[in-house]
Amino acid sequence: MIKETFPVEAGNMTAAGDVSARIKRQMKQVGIPASVVRRVSVGTYEAEINLVIHSLGGHIDFEINEEQVVIRVVDRGPGIPDLKKAMTEGWSTASNEVRNMGFGAGMGLPNMKRNADEFSIESTVGVGTDITMAFNI
Amino acid sequence: MTIGQIAKILDAKWICGEEQQDLEVTYAFASDMMSDVLAHVGMDTMLLTGLINSQSVRTAEMLDVPCLVFVRGKIPHKDAVQRAQQIDLPLLMTSCSMFEACGRLYVAGMGVAKLEQYDGDGDDD
Repeated sequence: MIKETFPVEAGNMTAAGDVSARIKRQMKQVGIPASVVRRVSVGTYEAEINLVIHSLGGHIDFEINEEQVVIRVVDRGPGIPDLKKAMTEGWSTASNEVRNMGFGAGMGLPNMKRNADEFSIESTVGVGTDITMAFNI
Repeated sequence: MTIGQIAKILDAKWICGEEQQDLEVTYAFASDMMSDVLAHVGMDTMLLTGLINSQSVRTAEMLDVPCLVFVRGKIPHKDAVQRAQQIDLPLLMTSCSMFEACGRLYVAGMGVAKLEQYDGDGDDD
């Protein structure tokens, strides 16, 4: 059983991906199957990018138990006003600057849901967003 | 085809990873949008892009992309090259446009990656 928490800083695109890379390395070290590593890596990286470009900062919790890899992503706001829209492919509030970095196609949340075996999201404007993705090993 | 063959077909320069020139690659995908790459790219798929910041390399890292080609003669940022060297990701640079690079590889027999399609609501159905 592995359990760790990694902080993610808002706005720092240069560091975006550091946490996902560390989590990927740890999964490989303990022998998680490659197909699972790949799905977790994509979901975690999408979440990490979202934290950097949309949130006020937050953290990613990483857990490996006997049956699943669980990724929980929590931020300190601003929260998502319309979750249904945010879960729709192609819908994005990203700035031109973010699009120039290769992101903001409105694929992030749908892609997280698609890669995970279990997905839940809760968001409150002014409080923050809390996402849990579980991947069966 | 091998990464060495890909380099020749595209008249590409090696930026790093030349020691992996004999590695076989089956499919290719081309995009400047990493969101699309993350949503659509499957296993054993190389990437052609004009995005030269470190996120192109990060995206390749997450997807186990075997080779990354920068098109339009664009030179990747230093931090992108450094990260690629750390993770042993071969980088190539070609002066071809995206269209020409894809065309050359397609004609040479590079496989077309089957897109992972879905209906847009985040479900698999």
